[in-house]
Amino acid sequence: MLDWPLLTVTIFLPLLGSIIILFIKENEQSSINIKLAALCTSVGTFILSCLIWFFFDPKINSYQLVEKYSWFNDFDFYYYIGVDGISLFMIILSTFLTPFCILTSWISIKKRIKEYMISFLLLETFMIGMFSSIDILLFYVFFEAVLIPMFIIIGVWGGERRIYASFKFFLYTLLGSVLMLIAIIFMYQYSGIMNIAELQGNYFPKYIQIWLWLAFFASFAVKIPMWPFHTWLPDAHVEAPTAGSVILAGVLLKMGGYGFIRFSLGMFPEASQFFLPLIFILSIVAIIYTSLVALAQTDIKKLIAYSSVAHMGIVTIGIFVVNQQGIEGAMIQMISHGIVSAALFLSVGVIYDRMHTREIKFYGGLVNKMPNYAAVFMIFTLASVGLPGTSGFIGEFLTIIGAFKYSTFLAFFASTGIILSAVYMLYLYKRIIFGSISNENLKDILDLSLREKIIMIPLVIVIFLIGIFPNIFIEPMRLSIETITLNYEMANAK
Amino acid sequence: MRWLMQNSLLQILFFPEFVLLLGTIIILLFGLFFKKNNFSVVSNLSVILLISVAFLVYFNKDISFLNFDKYFSNSSFINFFQILVIFGSLSTIIISVDFYKSNNLIFFEIPILILFSTLGMLLLISSNNLMAMYLGIELQSLTLYVIAALKRDSLKSSESGLKYFVLGALSSGILLYGCSLIYGFTGHTDFNEIFIVLNSLENINLAIIFGLIFILVGLAFKVSAVPFHMWTPDVYEGAPTSVTAFFAIVPKISGVALIYRFCLEPFSILYNEWSQIIIFLSIASMLLGGIAAIRQNNIKRLLAYSSIGHVGYILIGLASFNFAGLKGAILYMLIYVFMNIAIFGILLSLKRENRYIEKIDELSGLSKSKPIFSFCIAIIMLSMAGIPPFAGFFGKFYIFISAIDAELFYLAVIGVITSVIAAYYYLKIIKIMYFDEINSSSYQLHIQTKSIFILILSMLIISLFIFYPSLFINLSSEVSNNFFRK
Repeated sequence: MLDWPLLTVTIFLPLLGSIIILFIKENEQSSINIKLAALCTSVGTFILSCLIWFFFDPKINSYQLVEKYSWFNDFDFYYYIGVDGISLFMIILSTFLTPFCILTSWISIKKRIKEYMISFLLLETFMIGMFSSIDILLFYVFFEAVLIPMFIIIGVWGGERRIYASFKFFLYTLLGSVLMLIAIIFMYQYSGIMNIAELQGNYFPKYIQIWLWLAFFASFAVKIPMWPFHTWLPDAHVEAPTAGSVILAGVLLKMGGYGFIRFSLGMFPEASQFFLPLIFILSIVAIIYTSLVALAQTDIKKLIAYSSVAHMGIVTIGIFVVNQQGIEGAMIQMISHGIVSAALFLSVGVIYDRMHTREIKFYGGLVNKMPNYAAVFMIFTLASVGLPGTSGFIGEFLTIIGAFKYSTFLAFFASTGIILSAVYMLYLYKRIIFGSISNENLKDILDLSLREKIIMIPLVIVIFLIGIFPNIFIEPMRLSIETITLNYEMANAK
Repeated sequence: MRWLMQNSLLQILFFPEFVLLLGTIIILLFGLFFKKNNFSVVSNLSVILLISVAFLVYFNKDISFLNFDKYFSNSSFINFFQILVIFGSLSTIIISVDFYKSNNLIFFEIPILILFSTLGMLLLISSNNLMAMYLGIELQSLTLYVIAALKRDSLKSSESGLKYFVLGALSSGILLYGCSLIYGFTGHTDFNEIFIVLNSLENINLAIIFGLIFILVGLAFKVSAVPFHMWTPDVYEGAPTSVTAFFAIVPKISGVALIYRFCLEPFSILYNEWSQIIIFLSIASMLLGGIAAIRQNNIKRLLAYSSIGHVGYILIGLASFNFAGLKGAILYMLIYVFMNIAIFGILLSLKRENRYIEKIDELSGLSKSKPIFSFCIAIIMLSMAGIPPFAGFFGKFYIFISAIDAELFYLAVIGVITSVIAAYYYLKIIKIMYFDEINSSSYQLHIQTKSIFILILSMLIISLFIFYPSLFINLSSEVSNNFFRK
């Protein structure tokens, strides 16, 4: 065990960075300092989160690096944090993506740089805090606090309809999460326990579980998002600045999946079984419907946004078939999607910064002018489709194995998602990259700059790393997932 | 015996209410006879007086009104709310000095009237008798009517004063009628006696219920719970902003304290009867407070509706009728006071092109020229909307705990849904400050060191509450021990 609070330092380092930035006076010369400070903070946080991985022992089946301090003294609410196999990679995903968000905004953000960087660092603090909370109230505080910086990022630096999108995002997700708040309070009143670790199991009678499950579902289904609660996502994605989309697709959607595994499966196993048909129907609709919708989009970002909904449909199937492969697949799929969709949004950001449009029709034949770009974009596209060797394959493959164990029918529908994703992604790639340049404006478009290469290369490496050595990632989460599946089986066997 | 008499006479001199009365009269005389620059001096003296009274309240907490035992009572709950009232009054005096000066409203009577109103509130919070309660309410209200109509040459201010007076008089009449019904059917005006009589009755007479309802109507008017809220937006809008600040903060505290004491002490046995009314008031207030504010573009009207909504949440704590409810309500009230002091402190010190801000749209561009202030407003708005990690969330959280404790699930669900609706208009203010295209306009800042201090204090409490919540939570548990023991 460590003798210094590594997790707390990781959570609050970005906050410290944002406070420091707050005191830098913003002008022409100092804007570079602000950016550098933000970058250093986020890279430092990433290094710390790698340390967490280093100190994490995959053979211990419980929360590790635990810190517990009293917080409220009249109720049993604690500042209680720790990591287990499920939260570990979510934390690393958050810290991994934030430096890219800052790098990609290096030039494209011109107004209010200081506030922008502060928002991102705060967002990082809240995200890490949320994934590492063991106390449910602490979890809730971080879960909702995430909305504030995201609302500001979309609203201030977003596109034309940013105000509509930011309000829709905020109010939609807030409505979901306040219902969760009621459920949390009820759970506390019922059991007197306020921490996730102890509530894992089958604590509540079934009729209560069903209500609690629905309340949590309201929150997570909006967040992940499941059809038909997904309508905020395309708006938010299209209007958000590139970095905002990256975090939104990369981490914020995963909060829903994380919640499903932690709360819905871990705490309400009987209710989860009761609601399985609902989840599967919504997921299948999401996969097929949103894939078709994605096919019809004319805006690149909107297309990727809809593809996210479809991919998350596969994740929810993987989670709720409740077997080892299914959940592992869902976790890997979440990590992979976090990186791939972030990479795709970053790629869209690259051409958007040059041409200031996201219309698919505008582009075409980019391969002639931007060979490097075409290559990395190809890798991301194929990873999104799930080509063997890339991260997407591992996630989808494991999920479908899991689904097969549950029912062939379900596996069949889950697989359609993979085929459809190939259709819309490759079609998108063809329209943007291939062909000859017909648009005059594209004649002197530049290939990736050094900064952009620095952004792209680590993402490519990680995509292949997960695709080729998935065990590095699966090993640490195995025990935590086993606990959840065992618990589920025990609860429903009686 | 003789020694005891002397001793208690000596003690009377140190009764906070008595000191406040005496001090107010002295300050009034001072204001009359020293013409030069008397407004600032009088307000400073009032602040000093209020601070010393607060200390007296704090140190006198074990002593009850020996000779007035029948009329007033004393408990930590009462002391807490008295100190909160005093704090609210002195903060509003401090933050509005500049406003009065630049609006040329330098009547030295203003602080005096506020002091008298504070005296009325102290009395009504500690009243233990229907008559004392009524007199306290009247002392409070009469001065409030005058303050509302302070700007005599302004049509709106006079209108608001008159409107408040007519409706207030009506509600006082209803309240008094309720008191007389209670007296007629129980034979007592003393709270303790009423409690004993009600407990001993086998069948509660319908007239007692009527009396209870009438009194609750009167009290609901004072805290502006829907459907007795009609005066609030107009008075808030019409009155000068400094007076609005006073209205939004101080009478709410005393009204809430009284409605809690009234329901929990003499009439606790009639829980089934009054809880229906309170639940209705609470739901209606939350809904109207959330929905009606959406279309407002005057910031004072918006804050009026927001305060109506907050009262709705506070009443949930009463409807749940348990320890957690009382604790939650006290915590909520405390946070509400700080949030309102902070937002009015900013509104009373910011000028745009030499006019104080009234319309919400006038805040656009604030984030460019006064980034710190717009940041503060944003935090206050998020806190009012109940978004963690700010203090407002924990107020709501404790209130919902009490509702779920009492198994009033529908109340909690309505509460959270209206809080989402209300979040819309709070966010709208943030949107105007940060998202809208900036029209260049100049803002001027007129702020005293003292009000900066108050402002910083409130902002720290709002934003850092999460790091050390135990301070306030212990306080509110201690205070609520009076009624429920856990």
